[in-house]
Formats: sequence, C-alpha cells, structure tokens
Amino acid sequence: MVQLLLPKNSRIQTGKTWPKPDGGTRLKEFRIYRWNPDDGKLPQIDTYFVDLDDCGPMVLDGLIYLKNKIDPTLTFRRSCREGICGSCAMNIDGLNTLACTKGLDEIKGKVKVYPLPHMPVVKDLIPDLTGFYAQHRAIEPWLKTVSPTPQTEWLQSHDDRAKLDGLYECILCASCSTSCPSYWWNGDRYLGPAVLLQAYRWLIDSRDEATGDRLDELEDPFRLYRCHTIMNCANTCPKNLNPAKAIAEIKKMLIERRL
Amino acid sequence: MSMRTPLSRITGRGSSKFGTEDYWIQRVSAVALVPLSIFFVLVLICLVGAPYEKAHAVLGSPWVAIPMGATVIAAVVHMRIGIQVIIEDYTPSDLGKIAFVLLNNFFSALVALAILWAVAKLSFGM
Repeated sequence: MVQLLLPKNSRIQTGKTWPKPDGGTRLKEFRIYRWNPDDGKLPQIDTYFVDLDDCGPMVLDGLIYLKNKIDPTLTFRRSCREGICGSCAMNIDGLNTLACTKGLDEIKGKVKVYPLPHMPVVKDLIPDLTGFYAQHRAIEPWLKTVSPTPQTEWLQSHDDRAKLDGLYECILCASCSTSCPSYWWNGDRYLGPAVLLQAYRWLIDSRDEATGDRLDELEDPFRLYRCHTIMNCANTCPKNLNPAKAIAEIKKMLIERRL
Repeated sequence: MSMRTPLSRITGRGSSKFGTEDYWIQRVSAVALVPLSIFFVLVLICLVGAPYEKAHAVLGSPWVAIPMGATVIAAVVHMRIGIQVIIEDYTPSDLGKIAFVLLNNFFSALVALAILWAVAKLSFGM
C-alpha cells in the first residue's frame, strides 16, 4: 500500500548553513534541497542567503547568484531564463513552477526549493525525466496523415487553428505531471497531465488523420483513466494551461465515439 | 538493472482498450443515484417511529420496493467501480491488486444480493 514515510535513505537531514554575503543589507534566506550521488550522504537542506541588492528579481536569479558567489557545487538546470524552455522547473515555496518566472517578491519568508516531486533525483535540483520524455514519445506527438502530402502546407481553418490555443503553449516542463498524486503512485503506467495535454493537442488537430488510432492507444484504465480530476495540474501550471480540461475532453471523445 | 529502453518500459504491453465503459457506468450510476438516494432518504424519514406493520407494508409496496431495488443496484455498481479505482491507485504489486479486485467483486455481489433478497422478502412475504 501507500508508503507513509520516505525510505530511510531518502529522509532529509539538516544541512550546512552557508555564510551570509558581506555587506548585504536586504538578505533573502533560501532553503535548498541538496543531494549528491557521489558522497554517500543522505539528502539535506542547506541554508543560503542572497543579497537582493546584488541579484535579479526572480528565484532563478537567486539560484544563479548562489552558484556564482556562494556555492559553485549547487546544481540545477536552466537555459532560457524567460519561461519558454521549461528547464528550471522545480518545487518552489511548495508549488511546482519555473524558477525563472517566479518572482522573489511573491514569496513571503524563506525561499524553499526542492526538485520536482516524486521523480528520481540526478543531483540537487535535477530530476531524472527520462520516463516523462519516453511517455511524450509514446503518444507520437507529430502530424500523422494518410492522404497524399499537398504541394504546399496542410491547410487549416482559423477556427480549427484556434482549437490548439491553450494546448500548443505547453513547454513540457513537467510541473503538472510531477504535482499529480495519480502520477506519483502510478507514473510508470499513467501518462500524466502534461503528456495527455499533448495527446489532446494532436487529437484535436484538424489536419491529423490518426485520431481513432490515437484514441485507441489512450483508452486504458492506467494510461488515461488514472486522472481523478484532482486539478493540481491546472493549479500549478506556470503557463496557466489546464491539462485537466484536456484530459476531460479526451474522455468525452471516447464516450462520444461509443454513443 | 533493466536494460529495456525507456520507451519499451513506458509502452509496456500496450493499451488495454478498456476503461471507457467503467467510466461511463460510473457516471450513469451517479446520475441515477441523485433521485434514488433522495427518494431513499424521504422513505426513511417517513418511516421514523412507524410500527413494524406499516414499515413492512410501505417497503413491500412496488412503488417503494422497485426504487429500493434500483438504488441498491446503482449504489453497488457505483461502489464496486469506485473501490476498484482505489485498489488500482494504491496497490503496487500485481498479485495484491488481483486479490483485492477479486475480494471487491465478491463483496459487492454479496452486498447486492443480500439487500435485494431483503427487499424481495418484504414484497413477497417469503
């Protein structure tokens, strides 16, 4: 049944408190999850202080400040720093979001930073998303057609194009999937909100000719029906998308093709 | 350590192409239970403090017995699927899952049969 306690080797210890930066007057305290696969120690929470007068406005700016000036071993993914690559998704102040779009001023008190929940950790704030990416690959997220390819592009009406709004914006940061309890318990079989939102993006695409096959592949108690409309996905999405609605639409499509 | 590729692990044995029926029945039984459970509660309220003979006569009349039977069937069908979903959510081992699903089916059948027998007994005075 459900584990109520973390396994002994995953219990989080109190870590090191790093020195405050010299001369800073406006300091923000960070509590950051640290785990290094090479040192054999248990995961720990380190305490850091960021000088807000010497740092940009976002949580990612704070992390970069710490890596550059306090602790170069602090490990995290980041790339675009403007909410479009999805690399810096992590659990900040109890909510999965992008460090680069979460303002430090939005957080009262200490900034608590953990990796995305319930995923294997590679190091510090870096989760292993191999399974997540394989799930995305499994839904075949590309246009599938049988009709001869036209000389120019596949055409789509404005109305049909509008159906992709709220779906195509997903950057696959995995914030929603890793916030979903159903994905925590059955992430090996349940596709999760992010991947199902992508699946719906291709189901609803007017140019795609594989809708029936796609629905067949999703119709499964575990792949699709583990969604119990908990809505953590919609609550946490840093792009303000609604994967729960997309999943409900897939369920509707499956009902409609039987009635 | 498994040497299967991530895609092979995720696709597993493929889609079972099942689940929509249970999902639909769960919704249909839920809709049915809205009027049925209101009726059930109203009957209970009407029978508070009533003598045995009156309760027997009311519950044995077809106007009450048939909705009672429908309530039992809808509620047990709804319960069976609901419990199965919980088992599938929280039981990690395949063996445990199969055992619990089996028990759930037997338990649901037993509950339905016992109550339907009681309703029939009230109607036909067996």
